[in-house]
Amino acid sequence: MFRYIVRRLLQMVLTFFGATFLVYALMFANQDDPYQALVGERPLSESQRIALNAQYHLDDPFLVQYWHYVRGLLTGDLGTSLTQRRPISEMLAEAWPITIKLALLAVLIAAVIAVSAGVLSGIRRGGVFDNVTLVITLIVLAMPVVVLAPVAQVVFGVQLGWFPVTVTRDAGLWDLLLPALVLGTLVIATELRVTRSSVAENMRADYVRTARAKGLTNKRVIGAHVLRNSLIPVITLIGVDIGALMSGAIITEGVFNIPGVGFNLFRGIRAEDGPLVVGFVSVLVIVFLVINLIVDLLYAALDPRIRYE
Amino acid sequence: MNFDPNAPLLQVNDMHVEFRTRDGVARAVTGVNLILRPGETLAVLGESGCGKSVTAQAIMGILDTPPAHVTKGEVLYRGVDLLKLPEDERRQVRANRIAMIFQDALSALNPVYSVGYQIGELFRTHRGLSRQEAKRRAVDLLDQVRIPDAKNRVDDYPHQFSGGMRQRVMIAMALALDPDVLIADEPTTALDVTVQAQIMGLLAEVQRERNMGLVLITHDMGVVADVADTIAVMYAGKVVEYAPVYDIYAHPAHPYTKALLESIPRLDFKGRGLNVIRGLPPALTDVPRGCPFHPRCAYARDVCRQDPPPPAYQIAPRRIASCHFIREVLGV
Repeated sequence: MFRYIVRRLLQMVLTFFGATFLVYALMFANQDDPYQALVGERPLSESQRIALNAQYHLDDPFLVQYWHYVRGLLTGDLGTSLTQRRPISEMLAEAWPITIKLALLAVLIAAVIAVSAGVLSGIRRGGVFDNVTLVITLIVLAMPVVVLAPVAQVVFGVQLGWFPVTVTRDAGLWDLLLPALVLGTLVIATELRVTRSSVAENMRADYVRTARAKGLTNKRVIGAHVLRNSLIPVITLIGVDIGALMSGAIITEGVFNIPGVGFNLFRGIRAEDGPLVVGFVSVLVIVFLVINLIVDLLYAALDPRIRYE
Repeated sequence: MNFDPNAPLLQVNDMHVEFRTRDGVARAVTGVNLILRPGETLAVLGESGCGKSVTAQAIMGILDTPPAHVTKGEVLYRGVDLLKLPEDERRQVRANRIAMIFQDALSALNPVYSVGYQIGELFRTHRGLSRQEAKRRAVDLLDQVRIPDAKNRVDDYPHQFSGGMRQRVMIAMALALDPDVLIADEPTTALDVTVQAQIMGLLAEVQRERNMGLVLITHDMGVVADVADTIAVMYAGKVVEYAPVYDIYAHPAHPYTKALLESIPRLDFKGRGLNVIRGLPPALTDVPRGCPFHPRCAYARDVCRQDPPPPAYQIAPRRIASCHFIREVLGV
């Protein structure tokens, strides 16, 4: 078990550098005129160019630039945003809390709804409830966030006035509820379907027949035997979804003006702010890898048949 | 519940079970009669799909309804018709009075709970014992079914046991609440031959110790000959012959039983061709007119193709068969 974790952590180091390299290369290839992007609309003098190059090494070949970047990383310096003129680490520290809050709230809402509805429709497959949820999940699946987010904002934020239209940095849970709901729809349908099929499959398992033959109540057969087995894949899916939602909040954060990770990333990509994008994506990669590792370890804890060595 | 200690231990009267599916109604069991006395081993013998497992699950009341429906008949335990009991009382009968073990112990045990938990669960839910006390009882039971080092193995999971040991765990679980009927649905089919013998030996032993009635569902004639007192031969949802084990092996009265016995390889027939039964049992959605066995029967005549088989005929005390040509088959 310990060796497994060490191995996974070492793999993570490699993945991390691979990911930064890729993102860095993509940003480099995408660059138009980084100097102009830096100064915005104003005209740029030759002396300014030289001064900027001394600071950002923008005229150096790609590999040299990447080397400068990695050297900074290794000393704990994620660099400075070209457009914001602030250290990336400072911006990350500001953006993460609200994104984590948003993602966790979204996952919580999605999981509660998906698991309870999935269990109910899995127990009575083909029933009215099952068919109704099937239709609803299809609609939700077919509705892209680009549509859902503005519609929800207009209907519940502007017209009904139930929720604030936009969200500030120190927003409370209530302020985040509407964006979290919108974000949750990204994962709710798959979570529900996975729960349903997992429950339905386990209902037919031989050990359920044994549990009935043991004279257990229906409540116990389902609660202790069916659910304990059915929820293993669901819990791991929810774990992966947490990672996906933290990174996948670009549109939602953009629409609701939430100053989180996705929001910054979106702005950075548009402004060709290389260091900002690479810095944010690298941290996202780390978050993703750590969550995946936790999910894999959780899997072993939930299913005694799985052991890592 | 008012169980009558003088009534027969277990009696099944004219039970019918059908599966209502989209493709039609499959009549899996069409009038089964069985009787079981304390200490008796009743073997229910038949090919796959003859309704023997469905009969067992109907007795236990663990058929999936829908699609399965018990449409007719009685299951009397000590004089009480279990089919008429409300679900809550019926549930109390399971494991307490009638317990069951299954063919494939690996899939029949829950993979995510330790065997100790799964055995202890019976004591906790039915007897209200504490977790610790339940676990102590589980160790005792594992000891009784001769699982070595039971104390340390009680926390192991099903996949950590060998096939034979897993079936012992199943038996321990079935014995937990001291039932007086044990239904074993092909308990040794998934095991290799030496382990089969050990498990059958264990079953025979615990049965003797507790004077339990044992319903042994199997398709293995060899297993039956060793342990059964009485045999019920089933074909296409019906008991076609019912007799003490000695009589059946010496003088089968139904053509199907006779054909089954002739299809057993024997050392003294070495070199001769084996008399297998040709064809397959009928699909339960499409049972042939007349006697369901007639397409495969060596004795079949016109009457077998047109009329249903005659009612069970009492050949001797405790011995019945259902065929137009019993005398011919018996050779008298």
